[in-house]
Amino acid sequence: MDKFTSLTGIAAPMPLVNIDTDMIIPKQFLKTIKRTGLGVSLFHEMRYDPDGKERADFVLNQIAYRTAEIIVAGDNFGCGSSREHAPWALLDFGIRCVISTSFADIFYNNCFKNGILPVTLPKEQVDQLMRHAAKGANARLTIDLEKQMVTSPDGENMNFDIDPFKKRCLLEGLDDVALTLEKEAEITAFETRHQLAMPWL
Amino acid sequence: MNAPKTLYDKIWDAHVVDQADDGTCILYIDRHLVHEVTSPQAFEGLRLSGREVRAPKQTLAVPDHNVPTDEGRAEKIEDINSRIQVEALEKNAQDFGIEYYPVDDIRQGIVHIIGPEQGWTQPGMTIVCGDSHTATHGAFGALAHGIGTSEVEHVLATQTLIQKKSLNMKVEVKGELGVGVTAKDVTLSIIGETGTAGGSGHVIEYTGDAIQNLTMEGRMTVCNMAIEGGARAGLVAPDDKTFNYVKGRPHAPKAAAFETACAYWKTLKSDPGANFDKVVTLLASSIAPVVTWGTSPEDVLPITGEVPSPSDFEGPKSDAVERSLDYMGLRPGTRLEDIEVDTVFIGSCTNGRIEDLREVAEIMQGRKVKPGMRAMIVPGSGLVRLQAEEEGIAEQLVAAGFEWRMAGCSMCLGMNPDQLSPGERCASTSNRNFEGRQGRGGRTHLLSPAMAAAAAVTGRLTDVRHLM
Ligand code: SF4
Repeated sequence: MDKFTSLTGIAAPMPLVNIDTDMIIPKQFLKTIKRTGLGVSLFHEMRYDPDGKERADFVLNQIAYRTAEIIVAGDNFGCGSSREHAPWALLDFGIRCVISTSFADIFYNNCFKNGILPVTLPKEQVDQLMRHAAKGANARLTIDLEKQMVTSPDGENMNFDIDPFKKRCLLEGLDDVALTLEKEAEITAFETRHQLAMPWL
Repeated sequence: MNAPKTLYDKIWDAHVVDQADDGTCILYIDRHLVHEVTSPQAFEGLRLSGREVRAPKQTLAVPDHNVPTDEGRAEKIEDINSRIQVEALEKNAQDFGIEYYPVDDIRQGIVHIIGPEQGWTQPGMTIVCGDSHTATHGAFGALAHGIGTSEVEHVLATQTLIQKKSLNMKVEVKGELGVGVTAKDVTLSIIGETGTAGGSGHVIEYTGDAIQNLTMEGRMTVCNMAIEGGARAGLVAPDDKTFNYVKGRPHAPKAAAFETACAYWKTLKSDPGANFDKVVTLLASSIAPVVTWGTSPEDVLPITGEVPSPSDFEGPKSDAVERSLDYMGLRPGTRLEDIEVDTVFIGSCTNGRIEDLREVAEIMQGRKVKPGMRAMIVPGSGLVRLQAEEEGIAEQLVAAGFEWRMAGCSMCLGMNPDQLSPGERCASTSNRNFEGRQGRGGRTHLLSPAMAAAAAVTGRLTDVRHLM
């Protein structure tokens, strides 16, 4: 997994609430056995008309936002299906950070496994960043994970909370499985105890 | 004396392998269900890093999401990408020694239907699957939730997950449900009350006499949609109904082991005075048969209602409602009962069990599907299908005009050929009404199996109580 330390980039505004993972990547693209190549299908039904032509009014199709690396989104981003294809598609398109007032639980976790930083901020601040993002390509945001800070184009700093363990994994690009396997002895000991306590399992 | 614990606290505590100072835990996983769509990349990851499946006996694999539901599927799945995914699952199961039910096995079906059916799901367990509706298994008092593909790989390799504990939430439904009101109406009404983010960061325990009085099938329907309420998982404390349901199933503990297990299972309930961070209470008598009108499961109203107007809402939700009414092709003020549908879908892990099919059969007694409608029934598993055939339900429903399909997820998510076309409107017993969920441009109204049957008869959303 790629590390995430800091990022300065274009932010695309998506004020819609409850953007679900079916919208982020519709099911017809889940029939893959790979993690890559999903970027062209990101937000497929909002992004293309039924003949496959780009819809000019969709934010990521506009010149200013074609190279966006950040999305500023409405409440409850990533709700619905657990498909990790959603963060894979975002990443493949080039999105490394999503900012919203709230995220659905599974999506939130999935982001961290793929080097994407989900940033939760209070509503007033998200609204403010949304207004900046709406100004187009010159409105670049800076996200510094070490300092847990978003800096808006006019220099205002906004601090965000993040779980320290998740932060470390992102900063260092750590592989969770390898980390957990360092506790192999504890897992084996647990299994022995568990089996004694619940022999029917 | 120990502090009183909730059911969630108890199951959690019994599975913590290791806890870091910041509260991050390694949580042991008793059972892992695997399907074809969210697992290939996880197995690929295992191979690339030269790892094994740590506990193949605690893992069960089945194809369900993209399999066609016609009888020819056993010979050949036409869609090449679906076929590759199913073949990959079969090979992965073989290579790593995992129990696998192929499409021509009578035990094949939707992961969340077959877990309980095989006795694989038991109280007090931790259960995960790369699918958000894993919450279904919470009906047995098991801590069950969906995970992403990286986590699937993590569980395959380590039989654990890295987790932080969620908060406790209690949803109490008091009193008795009215005539024509089912578990589906209860769970949709709860989401209507709390919103799709209302359970965020929480595990919900459903309590109250209305929940206790539900059958196991009904409790599964309720817990299934905990995720639509934003919760990580839903739970119902196990009781005699639960134990009787589990008893005698292929993977259930046998004889003396069952008695030992049962003695432990009886301790799985929230202690008096246990702390809940959030409590929501509903009166069963205030719940009516409901339908959704929009593109979020929280867009729910009693069938006696009218399509709302964007101006009934504030802020971004108002914009979302405008967008969803446009997508749904609905005008504010239209009576819900005046909305015509052309498709009826009965199935999914929410409502694809035998009790759901019986509910449909009862309403269809002496009635027919309205001519010109497409009405399909997709049993949740091969065994549900068989049982319905043995009970004569299949024959009755086919005679009434329903298509009788093979088991799978089918039109719940339309990854297989069972899809809505643009503009088609479906009365569906599934759990999601997102844009495009059942097919691009398709319009979904979520409702109970009884209400779906009523819609099949009249060709429009209909208060099932008129047909009772
Ligand atoms: S039936 Fe629908 S909700 Fe259930 S597992 Fe299948 S696709 Fe998911």
